[in-house]
Amino acid sequence: MQTALFIEQVLNGLQLGVMLFLMAAGLTLIFGVMGLINLAHGSLYMVGAFACATVAAATGSFWLGLAASLAAAAAAGAIIEILVIRRLYERDHLDQVLATFALILIFSEGTRWLFGSFPLYLDIPPLLRGTVPIPGGSRYQLYRLAIIGVGVAVAVGLFLLISKTRLGMRIRAGESDREMIGALGVDIRTLYTVVFALGAALAGLAGALVGALQSVQVGMGEPVLILAFVVIVIGGIGSIKGALVGALLVGLVDTMGRFLLPQLFGLLMNPSQAGLVGGALASMLIYIVMAVILWVRPQGLFAARG
Amino acid sequence: MADAVLAVRNLCKSFGALKATENVSLDLKPGEIHALIGPNGAGKSTLIHQIAGTLAPDSGDIDFLGRPVGHLGVVERARMGLGRSFQVSSLAPEFSALRNVMLAVQSRQGSSFRFFRPVMGDASLIEPAMASLERVGLATRARVPAAELSHGERRQLEIAIALALGSQAFLLDEPMAGMGPEGSRSLTGFLDRLREEAPILLVEHDMDAVFALADRVSVLVYGRIIASGTVDQVRTDPEVRRAYLGDPA
Amino acid sequence: MTISRETAINVTLALILLAMPFLALQLGKPFYVTLATRMAILGLAAVGLNLALGLGGLVSFGHAAFFGVGGYAAGILASHAFAGQPLNLGLFALPGTNQMLVVWSVAVLAGGLLAAAIGVISLRTSGVYFIMITLAFAQMTYYFAISWPAYGGEDGLSITIRNVVPGINTLIPINYFLVCYALLLTALLIFALIRGSRFGAALQASRQNKLRVASIGIAPFRIGLVAFIISGMITALSGALYADLNRFVSPSMLSWHMSGELIIIVVLGGVGRLWGPVAGAMLFVVFEFVLGGLTERWQFFLGLALLAVVLFARGGLVGFLAGRMRHG
Repeated sequence: MQTALFIEQVLNGLQLGVMLFLMAAGLTLIFGVMGLINLAHGSLYMVGAFACATVAAATGSFWLGLAASLAAAAAAGAIIEILVIRRLYERDHLDQVLATFALILIFSEGTRWLFGSFPLYLDIPPLLRGTVPIPGGSRYQLYRLAIIGVGVAVAVGLFLLISKTRLGMRIRAGESDREMIGALGVDIRTLYTVVFALGAALAGLAGALVGALQSVQVGMGEPVLILAFVVIVIGGIGSIKGALVGALLVGLVDTMGRFLLPQLFGLLMNPSQAGLVGGALASMLIYIVMAVILWVRPQGLFAARG
Repeated sequence: MADAVLAVRNLCKSFGALKATENVSLDLKPGEIHALIGPNGAGKSTLIHQIAGTLAPDSGDIDFLGRPVGHLGVVERARMGLGRSFQVSSLAPEFSALRNVMLAVQSRQGSSFRFFRPVMGDASLIEPAMASLERVGLATRARVPAAELSHGERRQLEIAIALALGSQAFLLDEPMAGMGPEGSRSLTGFLDRLREEAPILLVEHDMDAVFALADRVSVLVYGRIIASGTVDQVRTDPEVRRAYLGDPA
Repeated sequence: MTISRETAINVTLALILLAMPFLALQLGKPFYVTLATRMAILGLAAVGLNLALGLGGLVSFGHAAFFGVGGYAAGILASHAFAGQPLNLGLFALPGTNQMLVVWSVAVLAGGLLAAAIGVISLRTSGVYFIMITLAFAQMTYYFAISWPAYGGEDGLSITIRNVVPGINTLIPINYFLVCYALLLTALLIFALIRGSRFGAALQASRQNKLRVASIGIAPFRIGLVAFIISGMITALSGALYADLNRFVSPSMLSWHMSGELIIIVVLGGVGRLWGPVAGAMLFVVFEFVLGGLTERWQFFLGLALLAVVLFARGGLVGFLAGRMRHG
């Protein structure tokens, strides 16, 4: 039983990690190519979840909802890139932080305006309901496994996109030398919009996928955003590989910490106290891990550039 | 050799496959100007970075004032008296020239953790700073923000800062760059006197200045020193003429 | 000596803020006294942030941590005083207290220690790393406050009765305002002295060119760390005052929205300007109150206004009124 529980927790950790990767990949790509810190990335996650829940409720199809989440988040990303973000590339980080923080306020209150303050609910699609057996004699939710599968597919897809395609070549050129890419005759404004929309779509996808596990509500993107920051700081800002490693590390450490620490302290003190101390420590664990990694490598594990 | 102020031995630094510094050895003796010349991309800046401590060499030793400094950071080397001027950036562009130099005086006094006494009425900072500015001929521009100084004036300010630090050796990175002929002449005269105060490792493109000033010249090409000696020796060195001056020998 | 335009603006701001609560009482609107107190306290918090952000160029997105720690210092000490149980800190026990002078000292000390711990790690980096790391550490304190049930967890902690200062009845709103106002002026005096000092010169130079400062033998890391600690202390003090004003402290004081609001206040007023944070706090509270009275969705309009300020009107209110900053 303990083994089954352990495996289940590892899978939960992987699922969280995969989700964080979808968020962190967009953030780190946008920073790597455009040098922009985007706090409003969590809002795009929220947009994806709301789009999915709304369309799924109207049509009865989760899959249409999922498609809508990608489209809505990409569109929202493209729109804010054209209206606001592109004015920020040459600005300092303080201006970028403020403007994208302002976007969060606008998105959050705007969504509350449109949808009200009550959370929406999104059902797991029939195809993915149910559980599958896992070693140790227990069963695990199929849907969560599917999320892990999506994450792996996206990771592979991104690596292929960046290493094999023309767009990927331009992205890599943009990361290493911005003047160069202009000289090569690439329309840099369009490239930036496309990259931003791509990052937004990934965030929207993550929001929609998680929307079926949790309630869809205003502010849902913020805790995920901050975890994604921890991920890219650990992984090295600008590095997709770093985002993947960081995301899995954060997902596993956070989940396993919450699972194991109370038990660990249970060996030293009475159970209720152990739950308290272990729980409090578990809530801080990933930040402690981040601090340790930064102490050793201030630029993160796979630093692309500062 | 033992009396060298600064001694670099067998310094190596690579970036991937590129050997930016290849087994470089050079030294700086009291009272001399040692010029470091070489075509663009020869690795002069990389070498200066390693001597100043902003870049860590892969191998090799750097001694300053008879002590190994390879393990020390930029701040410690500067505190020991290694004064460096920069090509482009100013210390504090928003501050006036005077306040820039005052900062150097303050560093020399080791007194940056004083929180309340206003600096602008502090004669122990202002007087030495003004004296440095006067020596480089910038006293009349003392109250002008560094960012508004002309290119040449900023070079003078860099030297005033190095003077105020009371440096034991100067690393001057292209002090003549962007100066008019008039400015170059007066700066050349100034550097000529400055060597008595502390020896100078001079990176410079202006060959007139180099040939007028240098006691010794080292020629850096593709990360290697291909020749080192007096001005006349280097001028006539066939390898230098081939590699650096582009002579078809 | 001629008085500069900025000085004139500063004096005007000081007088307006001081006059506001008295005027409110004259008009029979005691609620405005609380509003003015809020301005003074948020202004104080932002003066702390301005030291790091304005002088040092350290874009801390985690100052809510210090604000909240100050608040919890006040709340925890008061709750122990009320329950009559000393606070066990392992090595020694601290009796609970409702003396503001003690509460302030503890808040400032706690804020300084936390800033030292966060600063020592985050100042090894710069740029976006620094922003994200300070944000992450502040979030850590937020989650800790939520998951630690001894002091109310998610629900927060009430302060049964306002803490006291010897010789002043702080229960009278205007007296409490004057206490906060006096502390604000003290913090501004400290800020002004630091800005003009040797330390301030090194700090401002580090903002302009870190590498160059190191190359003249001044360690920007140490300068930045000390500035970050002083900054955290001032913001923690304001947190203690804020908790006392509301007689309540909750994890929301530690939330990243709070950090964002503090940055907004500094920027609205004018980054690096002496009275910028106060001007910003006054603007922010007025905005919150006026728009909040008109529409429930005031944050939507705050977002639009902020966006407009960032994109089109840089320099903040003091910058707008007084023109560009001059250094001697």
